[in-house]
Amino acid sequence: MVESKNIFEIKNFSIWYGNFQAVKDINLSIKSNRITAIIGPSGCGKSTLLRALNRMNDLIISSRATGQMLFHDVDIYDKDTDVIELRRRVGMVFQKPNPFPSSVYENVAYGPKLRGIKKKSILDGIVEQALIKADLWKEVKDKLNDSGLSLSGGQMQRLCIARSLAQEPEVILFDEPTSALDPISTAHIENLLQELQKTVTIVIVTHNMQQAARISHYTAFMYIGELIEFGDTNTIFVNPVNKLTEEYITGRFG
Amino acid sequence: MSVFENELEELRGNILKLGYMVENAIRDSVSSLVERDTKLAEEVIKRDHLINALDVKIDEECVRLIALRQPMARDLRLITTAMKITTDLERMGDLAVNIAERAIELNQEPQLKPFVNIPKMAKIAQSMVRDALDSFVTGCSRLPYEVIKRDDEVDDLTVKNFEELLAFMIKDPKNIPLAIKRTYVAKYLERIADHATNICEMIIYMCKGKMIRHTEIT
Repeated sequence: MVESKNIFEIKNFSIWYGNFQAVKDINLSIKSNRITAIIGPSGCGKSTLLRALNRMNDLIISSRATGQMLFHDVDIYDKDTDVIELRRRVGMVFQKPNPFPSSVYENVAYGPKLRGIKKKSILDGIVEQALIKADLWKEVKDKLNDSGLSLSGGQMQRLCIARSLAQEPEVILFDEPTSALDPISTAHIENLLQELQKTVTIVIVTHNMQQAARISHYTAFMYIGELIEFGDTNTIFVNPVNKLTEEYITGRFG
Repeated sequence: MSVFENELEELRGNILKLGYMVENAIRDSVSSLVERDTKLAEEVIKRDHLINALDVKIDEECVRLIALRQPMARDLRLITTAMKITTDLERMGDLAVNIAERAIELNQEPQLKPFVNIPKMAKIAQSMVRDALDSFVTGCSRLPYEVIKRDDEVDDLTVKNFEELLAFMIKDPKNIPLAIKRTYVAKYLERIADHATNICEMIIYMCKGKMIRHTEIT
């Protein structure tokens, strides 16, 4: 593997919901063009940490962050951060496929339109390219005007990935992207992520440890808000250093 | 204990059982030679299929555990180690059979000279097998490292044995057929000790997650 630079540097980073500290003093680097998986039991703060990477937690009124979250060496929690632009560069795909209640085409074209792209020929190109990259083009090219909600679960999730890709993001955050999908659709998405990783940095939260083992290059294990162990995925799953990590991944937890 | 942990315990038990059978095969094959007991040699040969069957059973069980349990970390290392250990043990059983075969042949002829080196080698090799398996069960200690060091003693005795037999061969070419068979036996024991070394290297992997094969150990 070619050396890769750190796209995110997380330094002494904490997230609070009111008096509750959901993420505790985390130090972590995310390498660009790699897949980083975050695993850990429910409530360990992994989704909170993921959402902190594009400030989705801002939407929760009581939340506040301390420490540094450097994206390309700039702290995204600075006052003058353009959060809209940040979320274009750092996209997100959620657990349940959530296409807009509009056509397949509109779902993908929505972001570029918001950015001010109006010319039909350019939008057509963006939509086609995003759908090709999301490995959905062949299935929907003849029904671009059908509702996004008419697609199957796996297709809807790929539509959401295409919607994100149309914004030309540098990073895509995935929060349990396959937990609502059957094994075939899951395998399809996993393959897709490994393809996308060549051009986009991927951070994925998953409950499925096998999934983390299958697709990620790096794995972070969190427990009660703390980062317990971070390392290359092979080490974490074959020979973890920390006892807690070992207990968790061998299913002897609690 | 969870069902899975019970399965791992059973796997450990089967490895120990196989080790015990192999240890007996080595001991009996060498006795059959030193005591000139052809019946015992035939017994070792006859019993080998039990070792083979248990080897296959352990392998199948390991594959089943990997497929169905998707083991991680120390469980994964235990199961992969068991798969390699069982192969080494089965090979040791075959070498014991080879010793028994040479014993049957040698027992038909007058003895060239009393056995000195071979019983010594057998004793060390057997202790290596026993201690290797002990460390498989008792977990991580210095023992596997010590066992690996004992391999040098066996190697030295192999050379010594050969030199002594070579002198017999030079003295009288009529000694050659018997002397060669005795060098074979020493070679088999030397190989047995090598397999015990392999087992120890895998146990160190199981404990530490680090492959020390083909490196200088400290």
